Amino acid sequence: MQIQNMTALEVGAAIRNGSLTVTEAVTQALDAAESSNARTNAYITICREKALAQAEQVGQQIANGSLTSPLAGVPIAIKDNICTKGVRTTCASRILENFEPVYDATVMQKLQAAGMIAIGKVNMDEFAMGSTSETSYFGATRNPWDLEKVPGGSSGGAAAAVADRSAVIALGSDTGGSIRQPASYCGVTGFKPTYGTVSRSGLVAYASSLDQIGPIGKDAADCAAIMDIIAGSDPMDATSLAETPTEFLAGLTGDVKGLRIGIPSECYANAGLDAEVAAKTKAAADTLAEAGAIVEEISLPFLDYVIPAYYIIATAEASSNLSRFDGVKYGFRSNSYTGLTDLYRATRSEGFGKEVKKRILLGTFVLSSGYYDAYYRKALKVKALIKQKFDEVFSQYDLILCPTAPTTAPAIGQSLANPMAMYLSDIFTVSVNIAGLPGISIPCGFDAAGMPIGVQLIGKPLGDKTVLQAAYAYQQRTDYHKQEAK
Amino acid sequence: MEIKKELVSYVADLSRIRLDETEVAEMQAQMSEIVGYMDILNQLDTDGIEPMSHIFSIANVLRDDVVQPSYPRADILRNAPEHTDEAFVVPKTVE
Amino acid sequence: MEWELVMGLEVHIELATKTKIFCGCSTEFGGAPNTHCCPVCTGMPGTLPVLNRQVVEYAVRAGLALNCDINRYHKFDRKNYFYPDLTKAYQISQLYLPFAQNGHVDLKLKNGDTSTIRIHEIHMEEDAGKLIHSSYGDETYPDYNRCGVPLIEIVSEPDFRTTEEVIAYLTKLKSICEYLDISDCKMEEGSMRADVNLSIRPKGSDTLGTRTEMKNINSFKAIERAIAYETKRQIALVEDGGRVVQETRRWDESKAQTFAMRSKENAQDYRYFPEPDLPPVRISEEEIAYYRSICPEFAEQKAERYVSELGLSAEDAAILADSKYLAELFEGTVAICKDAAEVRYWMMTQVLYFLNERNLQPADITLAAEDFAAFVQIVKAGRINRQTGKTVFEAMFFAEAPFDLEGYIREHDLEQVDDDALITETIRALIAANPKAVEQYRSGQTKIVGFFVGQTMKQLKGKANPATVNAVLERELNQG
Repeated sequence: MQIQNMTALEVGAAIRNGSLTVTEAVTQALDAAESSNARTNAYITICREKALAQAEQVGQQIANGSLTSPLAGVPIAIKDNICTKGVRTTCASRILENFEPVYDATVMQKLQAAGMIAIGKVNMDEFAMGSTSETSYFGATRNPWDLEKVPGGSSGGAAAAVADRSAVIALGSDTGGSIRQPASYCGVTGFKPTYGTVSRSGLVAYASSLDQIGPIGKDAADCAAIMDIIAGSDPMDATSLAETPTEFLAGLTGDVKGLRIGIPSECYANAGLDAEVAAKTKAAADTLAEAGAIVEEISLPFLDYVIPAYYIIATAEASSNLSRFDGVKYGFRSNSYTGLTDLYRATRSEGFGKEVKKRILLGTFVLSSGYYDAYYRKALKVKALIKQKFDEVFSQYDLILCPTAPTTAPAIGQSLANPMAMYLSDIFTVSVNIAGLPGISIPCGFDAAGMPIGVQLIGKPLGDKTVLQAAYAYQQRTDYHKQEAK
Repeated sequence: MEIKKELVSYVADLSRIRLDETEVAEMQAQMSEIVGYMDILNQLDTDGIEPMSHIFSIANVLRDDVVQPSYPRADILRNAPEHTDEAFVVPKTVE
Repeated sequence: MEWELVMGLEVHIELATKTKIFCGCSTEFGGAPNTHCCPVCTGMPGTLPVLNRQVVEYAVRAGLALNCDINRYHKFDRKNYFYPDLTKAYQISQLYLPFAQNGHVDLKLKNGDTSTIRIHEIHMEEDAGKLIHSSYGDETYPDYNRCGVPLIEIVSEPDFRTTEEVIAYLTKLKSICEYLDISDCKMEEGSMRADVNLSIRPKGSDTLGTRTEMKNINSFKAIERAIAYETKRQIALVEDGGRVVQETRRWDESKAQTFAMRSKENAQDYRYFPEPDLPPVRISEEEIAYYRSICPEFAEQKAERYVSELGLSAEDAAILADSKYLAELFEGTVAICKDAAEVRYWMMTQVLYFLNERNLQPADITLAAEDFAAFVQIVKAGRINRQTGKTVFEAMFFAEAPFDLEGYIREHDLEQVDDDALITETIRALIAANPKAVEQYRSGQTKIVGFFVGQTMKQLKGKANPATVNAVLERELNQG
């Protein structure tokens, strides 16, 4: 049985009914990862031996009835900023090139407890800073739909691996759109949960108040199934919420009757928005309306301010979070230095890539004496305003629908040449992180060049199941998510 | 606002990042562009608005004072680029 | 010109919790390097802090004891700087909303005056690691056992004018922390550390001079010396036409001087911002009420009670009450033997003498109140005399409790000799052997009786009851 075009739930079912063994599934995934990697460079590390050893064990546990998760035995790819004990975790950076965590991220412990098998660590923008997966120290990842285009980022490796059918499902992380935007560019489904729903313990921090782990899969049902495994309060993460939704998968009925969906007019007035993207995402709203949802135009008047607020908050936190990479406790240390301060400078200058350095400098600037109030403190006030506006909208609507990204995937090299344009491409995704909301990107068509387009559904805090429900309903009525990259 | 070279060098120094002249110029240009864009926040009236650091109003997430086993020292030191059997190693911090 | 000294103190106190502030590692002092460590306190990528409940309780109780307003809502911030004793390159502290503000401490000074020191704020933070320097090579070895041990930092207003006030303040903080049982405040082990901000100004002026901050002072004695040195230095500098520069200066105990730290370390821009990994803390009215209800009796109230109820002098009462450990021993012993005067005598003469002579802290005392009380009763019963008592007390003080008092007296044959016949016999022999001395006595030089007392004691190995010896001597010498 070939798992290539099967969803994670189908692979799990096949394993449980005996038509597929765990070892067969994992071997197929590993082989596909290796051959895909030659084209897409989606993987930084493939853990064949470890995965096969685990497959053996999980197979026995399924057979003896001690593992009953619908995803038991299913192979999964993990973004390389999630700590995996004994398997190097690089954040796609030279500074962590040989870093082997001594502990597992909470999500890894949960995946293992459910019997899911990590086949490899997937590529990303260095320290998740980027929207194209080109800033990786291990080379750019390529989009399986067109190898000359980027897969998006920063979870570009995860999206490319799922799109190229080497990974059945993957875990990414989303700080400003890093799950949803690559999912959109690669024609797959990417879900960013409410902040605090999935533990961040073991996720190497980029911007702590915005980061959230979530799945990238072939469809919304797979995302829901894995949320059943990874969601929940964690004593190791003080920002994880005490009460999080449960029974994500069981909640999927396909019924959206009476669901109130708002479409922000500002998104469609945005100058950077591609006409095809506009048309296809509006068509998606029509599909949901036909299914019984109430779709209305709304206003999100803060759209011009979300990118500056996001880059201030994200870079400020990043500048602090990345200070620990100093060549003392782990990771890379420069070979040539004289004295302590020089050791820090040499190590960090050689260990970090250009984009990371730029964001560290920006973040240091917005926090520095004399500028804190004008930038950082101001951004925190704007954050309060953004939350207030979202609260107003969500007092009347269940979901917001808009494009995930203004365009389809750009060509490799195009964004790095114009960083400001790249920052602006996050315009539809970052406010979701600022306000801690759940959001999903699902495939909703293709542009003239055949590149996938994604539509984004945004829910209220802890409205994760409503988001997944609407996405599921849409996918029951369409088959864009079943299209394969050629 | 315009970012001056001195400011780039100052934040680079605070960040313990070394930049050569070309890099300073490049960073200066890029930072000026981005910071200039950030300045549009000044158009927003935020008087009387409390800065918000935590998005959800959770509080008192506390841990009981119960000792958990520490990690084996070998694991703590394992990833260090330079270490002895007991400790990390850095250049001497005092004269 | 006459100069006035103006000082403010920043005191760091390590809280005596079992675990670190943000992880479950032990806070025990003195483990082998890097053995009380985990991914969280060594700042490994992906780790997150989770606040220790006990830290909040201890901190708030300290804030209440120091008469502070407790902020019902407080938050943590990151203080960013690179140094190898800091694993994350930031210290989690409180800048924007500390847990306690606007407190004060009243001090009683030796001349009877009182003086009030205002407390600006108290905040919680994590301690840094320890740097071990190679004595021959050019390497430093960070040890992160102390990294993450909880601290409170008590920041005073610049209200100190004399060294006496500084010492009295620190003594009081230490006493309060001891009574609250939240810290052992050992300066020598670094569990209490003081930075002194010092400036001078012409006496009578009400503007503040430029201050320097002195760090690395780790004993009361060193604080006195550092203040004296820095005051002299600043006065000399100003009187010479110079200007005091605002800077951090390190106290070097061996050279007895302060040294300016490199200018780099002075020009700090810590880029404080709210810690996104830690939700804020709320303190309820119920918690505050509860903490107030369990607030112990502090030194001053105790001392007053010792004077009014137990008849001690104010000076003795203050000394015994200042230290929780002395007070506990004193009160515990009095509770059993019911003789405050006798217990006071042994505390003030013997206990304080041993602490001073052996350079020990009251916390180091192992003597149990039960043993002490039994000892007092034996002395009062006349079973050993006071002189022998000192020997016995010393043995008991340095022994492991419980002390086998009866066994010790028996073993060393120390029981008091009060046998009239034996004493009379000894004295008669002495009179017979020293006719000259007897002659002197009888001619009115009665002081010579001391010679006979000494000789009698010597013959009876110091165990004789002095009262009996005196009585017998008087009788015998005045006979015939």
